[in-house]
Amino acid sequence: MQVFVQFIKDGFQSATKGNFTYHVWMGTLTALMLLGAFAFYIQLRDGLIVTGMSDKVSWGLYISNFTFLVGVAAAAVMLVLPTYILKDINLKQAVLIGEGLAVAALIMCLAFVTVDLGGPARAWHLIPKLGYFNWPNSMLAWDVIVLNGYLFINVTIPLYILFYHYQGKEPNKNIYLPGVLISVFWAVGIHMVTAFLYAGLPARPFWNSSLLGPRFLASAFSAGPALIILILSFIRRYTDYRIPNTTLRKLALVTTVAAQINLIMLISELFKEFYSPTHHSQSAVYLFFGLHGKSGLVPWIWSAISLNVIATGILTFHTLRNQFRWLALACGLLFVAIWIEKGMGLIVPGFIPGSWGDIVEYTPSLVEILVTIGIWAMGAFIFTLLVKVAIPIELGKVRYQR
Amino acid sequence: MLFDLFFKTRKPVEEDLPQTEGGCGSGSCGCKKKKEPAPVEPDGYDMKMGKTMNRRAAFRQLTAGLLAGAGMVQSCSITADKEKREEGQLKWEEYFKKNYRLMSDEEKSKTVERLERLYEINTGKTINVSTNGAVENVLYGYAFNISKCQGYMDCVNACVKENNQDRSSQMQYIRIHEMENGQLNFDDADDNYFHEVPAEGHFYLGTQCYHCENPPCVKVCPVGATWKEDDGIVVVDYDWCIGCRYCQAACPYDGRRFNWQTPEVPEEEVNHTQHYLGNRLRKKGVMEKCTFCIQRSRSGKNPACVEACPTGARIFGNILDPNSEIRWVLENKKVFRLKEDLGTEPKFWYYMD
Repeated sequence: MQVFVQFIKDGFQSATKGNFTYHVWMGTLTALMLLGAFAFYIQLRDGLIVTGMSDKVSWGLYISNFTFLVGVAAAAVMLVLPTYILKDINLKQAVLIGEGLAVAALIMCLAFVTVDLGGPARAWHLIPKLGYFNWPNSMLAWDVIVLNGYLFINVTIPLYILFYHYQGKEPNKNIYLPGVLISVFWAVGIHMVTAFLYAGLPARPFWNSSLLGPRFLASAFSAGPALIILILSFIRRYTDYRIPNTTLRKLALVTTVAAQINLIMLISELFKEFYSPTHHSQSAVYLFFGLHGKSGLVPWIWSAISLNVIATGILTFHTLRNQFRWLALACGLLFVAIWIEKGMGLIVPGFIPGSWGDIVEYTPSLVEILVTIGIWAMGAFIFTLLVKVAIPIELGKVRYQR
Repeated sequence: MLFDLFFKTRKPVEEDLPQTEGGCGSGSCGCKKKKEPAPVEPDGYDMKMGKTMNRRAAFRQLTAGLLAGAGMVQSCSITADKEKREEGQLKWEEYFKKNYRLMSDEEKSKTVERLERLYEINTGKTINVSTNGAVENVLYGYAFNISKCQGYMDCVNACVKENNQDRSSQMQYIRIHEMENGQLNFDDADDNYFHEVPAEGHFYLGTQCYHCENPPCVKVCPVGATWKEDDGIVVVDYDWCIGCRYCQAACPYDGRRFNWQTPEVPEEEVNHTQHYLGNRLRKKGVMEKCTFCIQRSRSGKNPACVEACPTGARIFGNILDPNSEIRWVLENKKVFRLKEDLGTEPKFWYYMD
């Protein structure tokens, strides 16, 4: 117990100490979080009327970001699986980073769902026993379970490993491997459940597709590792933490294959919607070409597709992918492309046209954008803290002093 | 621009709100959404249940509490102070109450007492909130005669008044779609018309909550705040809803309305005869919808829309009663329902003469 207290104290020490750039970075994030909190206060005071949402488009930027971030969280499994189970040493250094990313992404997910609620003060109604939990009927109830469960797994495993490394001991595999094994299935689960949340609604033909789940996985396993590649490149440049080239190359391969599969699925969706368009293709027509003179999402989706194709193109050629500059560029483009594709390109057009064919467009309001930026800043803040604490322990710089 | 947007998000001042729906007379003149500002008493603003306190009021309450606690205030009106404390206590108890379906009869009557008392404290007026349950062997159904509807919108106005719907956002449960003869196509229909009706070469079709036998909205609610009653009415527990809007995404018929802001109904326009699952006043951030006027239908009356319709296009009744008018329509007319392929089994039929 005393060791654990010292562990927390040392962790706090390494989190608060840093060079000038580190403090500027954390200060900026704090300022953005405060701005987001202020915007959220306005939303609490006046109601969701201050967002761009309406009875017609009743989910917007918040739920879009939630959906995207579930994918980022799930992508941590792409690092965990080879390292712990296939005993692939190359990815070992990246695993803790991936799990840290999962934790940050999950906290952001929960934050996005909370700010989207009309009555966040009544969120306790969701707690089983205390409230009324409509499980197994509601996919949202499933989502609450899988997200919180995944968060628990991804907090406890790295904590356990770090705590042992902190004491200079080797963690016991029999303790953490079962957790790792569960987390692998769980990661696929969180994204499938999130996809089912939309796919289970016949009222919205645009989402009511059996391809939605697999497509969520493909896009998640390309956007997630793409972000991890960017972060690892950054870490190995600015810290002493050694990440071998092979780690990045392996991750790049995962990203590439997933991005290619994602494109194939996109083509198959486009074919189905446009080869013989039915009434159910209206949302896709609106998204890609505009409908009845309304075309708010057209620039979004075409930029997403262009970025996606360019990035996948770069990744596909080995010579380009093996140069880290090109790789970083492709990862950046891919990340943005999939963020658009899952938000403005999936959640919003699901509501347009409305149930009776009416086209009401959606643009996020300033309050919505500020809250969103605030939550992203919070995620970056949490992730930075976790990494800042984990790296010195892994490097052996911070150890328990008896 | 930043400043502008923030300004826009501010709560409107009292003078601007609320506006009332100008009811248009029946007969040949039928215009939609004629607005005229109505004189508003200040307490019209404060009357609603889950009212949000402004900063000044909160500060006043806080300081009053502190001063009173320190024993420094003697002149302060004791009754007003007592009411404030009672209000706080009632709101506290309301916050922790259960889902309506899990309440015992005693708990139900307790919450009703609290709601009625809260309204009295806030407005000095009394309301009557019923918790009448479903009557045995009753299953409500609705039929809409497309040949008869002329698009007068009297149903819409009656519905707004009966069900205490938010006047500031002009919330309406019913939508009347004006369609061109020769097709039943919602894409080309106009549900926002503003001209004399009936328009030449057009017919009118109303949509609202269909009270499906297999309601997709009920299935998806994560907290069970919406359900189908034994008489087939799909209801919402306004105090249990957390405002996630999943039900709104799941409804294929645009049957649900969300309170994006604190709803406003001037006190003198409030319908005081209320039902817990029906037209009692809502708060911001919760879902609501047509309840077949549960406060009326369970007392043996027709919903307000049926009663208000000047053409007789709307038929409501118990489909389990072989002698009811609705049964006669279902048995003798060629009826159909919308989006039947979704398997929702609406209890809302359309027919023609």
